[in-house]
Amino acid sequence: MAPTPPDDHASDRRNLDWYVDRGMRWIVTVGGVSAIVFIIGIFAFVTREGFPFLFDGFEAGEFFGSPAWRPTSEPNPTYGALALIAGTASVTGLAVLSAVPFSLGAAIYIAEFATGRTREVLKVLVELLAAIPSVVWGFIGLSMMNPLIIAIFDVPVGLNVLNAGLILGLMAAPIMTTIAEDALKAVPDAYREAGEAMGATRWQVTMRVVLPAAKNGLMAAVLLGVGRGFGETMAVLMASGHSINLPTSPFDSVRALTATIAAELGETAVGSEHYQALFTLGMLLFAVTFSINLAADLFVRGVRRG
Amino acid sequence: MADPAAVQTQAFNLWYGTFQALYDVDITVAAGRITSLIGPSGCGKSTLLRSINRITERLGYVRTTGSIEVYGHPIIGPAVSLVQVRKQIGMVFQRPNPLPLSIRENVLFGWKLHNEGPKATRAQEDEIVEQALRTVLLWDETKDRLAHTATGLSLEQQQKLCIARLLPVKPRLLLMDEPCSALDPKGTEAVEELIWTLRGAYTILLVTHNMAQARRASDDCAFMLMGRLVEHRSTNELFVAPEDPRTGDYIEGRYG
Repeated sequence: MAPTPPDDHASDRRNLDWYVDRGMRWIVTVGGVSAIVFIIGIFAFVTREGFPFLFDGFEAGEFFGSPAWRPTSEPNPTYGALALIAGTASVTGLAVLSAVPFSLGAAIYIAEFATGRTREVLKVLVELLAAIPSVVWGFIGLSMMNPLIIAIFDVPVGLNVLNAGLILGLMAAPIMTTIAEDALKAVPDAYREAGEAMGATRWQVTMRVVLPAAKNGLMAAVLLGVGRGFGETMAVLMASGHSINLPTSPFDSVRALTATIAAELGETAVGSEHYQALFTLGMLLFAVTFSINLAADLFVRGVRRG
Repeated sequence: MADPAAVQTQAFNLWYGTFQALYDVDITVAAGRITSLIGPSGCGKSTLLRSINRITERLGYVRTTGSIEVYGHPIIGPAVSLVQVRKQIGMVFQRPNPLPLSIRENVLFGWKLHNEGPKATRAQEDEIVEQALRTVLLWDETKDRLAHTATGLSLEQQQKLCIARLLPVKPRLLLMDEPCSALDPKGTEAVEELIWTLRGAYTILLVTHNMAQARRASDDCAFMLMGRLVEHRSTNELFVAPEDPRTGDYIEGRYG
C-alpha cells in the first residue's frame, strides 16, 4: 500500500524558514504574473491609441496597398504603409541573408570545434557584440559604411538597404549565434560519440548528425534574429536613408516601420489621426514580432518533443 | 605464420590527465571467439575496450604508451588512419545510441561514410539494410517502418540496431561495452542470443559487469583489477579453477 503523502502545510512548523518560504513564493509569483500583465497592458495601450483610426480613417487597401505615406499632406493626408513595410522587409531580409551564414558558422565552431579557452573567449566576445548600443551601430552605418558603399559601388548615396541590412545583420548575428550554439549544445553527446566510433570525422558528424538533430533550434535562432531585425529602430533609422521608397535594388534608400514611428511620433498631436496611424503601425509591428517569437518558441518545443 | 590474434596489446598504459587507468596491459584476444572482460567498477575494463578503437581520444586529455595491434596491424601511430581503424572495429555502447535518423539511415550511416565506390542504387541499399537487420534478428519487426525514427524503438531493438549498423562496413572486430546493462531481462536474453549468433563471423570483445553473463556468453574471459590484467583464460577454466586468488575472490562475490 502506498503511504499517504504528508500534508505539507499541516505538518509545517511556523518558524522563520516557513515565513521566508511563503514570502519568497509570493514574490516570485508576482514576478511571473507581472510578465503577463505587462504584455497584455502594452498590447491594450497600443491598440487603444490606434483603435479609432482603424474604424475611421483606415482603409486596408490603402494601408497595405499604397506606398504613399503622407500623413501631413493637407487637406488629404494618405496613410499607405506599403513602402514602410517593404523597407522593413527588405532591410530585415538582407540582414538575415548576411547574418545566417556567419552565425551558423560561428555557432558550429564554438559548439563543435573550439575547445577550452578559445571557446570561452569567443563566447564572451559574441555576447559583448550583442551589448553594443544600437545608436553606435547606426553611427558606424552613417560614418563608415556610407562612404565605403559610395566608393566601392559608385552610387550617389550610401545610406540604403545594403547599408542598413549589413548593420542589422551584424546586430542580429550575436543573438543568432548564441541561440544556435545552445541548440547545438542540446544535442546529446552520445550521438557524436556514436558517429565518431563508426569512423566519421568531426565535420561529417556535424553535418550528418548534429545539424539535423538541432534543426528546430537552429530555425528558432534564425527566427529570433529576424524578430530582432524587425524591431530594431535607431540603427535602421540612421543607416537606411529614411526616405519613402519601394526598393528595387539594394542601393535604394528606404524607410522602416520602426523608424517612421520614432521619427514622427514626437511631432504629432496626441490623439490626432496621424498619431493614431502611427499606433496602427505599432500594432502591425507588434503582431509580426509576436508571431515570429511564437513560431520560434513552437520550433524549440518541437525539439523537446522529438 | 599462424593466424594473427584479433587484438594484441603490449605494455599498454593509459592516463586520464594524471590518473593512470591502465598499467602494462598485455592481452591477446583470439580471433573468431567471444572474450569477456570482467572486473569491479573502475578496474579499467571499459577503458581498455575503448582504447581499441581509440574512442578514448575524444576526451582530449588521454595519454598512452605501449602498443595495440588489431589483426597484426598497429592502430596507434602517425601512419595509421583513424577512420580505417574505426571502420574495421565496431563499437556498441552501454546505452543504446541510435542516431536521431530513420531506422534505414541508421543502418546505412557507417556504410555511406566508408563507401568509396559509386553511389549505390536504392535497391542495393535496400539489400544492405535487409541483410544487416536480418542478421540482428530485427528485420521482421522493423521491415514495415524503416522510415520511422530509430529513437522510437524499444531499448532492446535500439541496441540490436546499433549492432546492425556496424555490419554493412564488414568490421572484423566488435567491441561491446556492457551492451545489455540498460536492458530488461528479456532484452538482455535476446541481445545475448544475438551476440552468440555473431560468434565466429566476428571477433567479439565484451565488457560486462555481470558474471553470469560472462559465463554464459563468452569463450574466453579476462579478469582485470585496478588497471591491471590479472588472469585471462577460457571462461570455463577461469570460473571453475581460477589461478589467481584475487580472481577467485571476485567471482565468488567477495568484492566488486
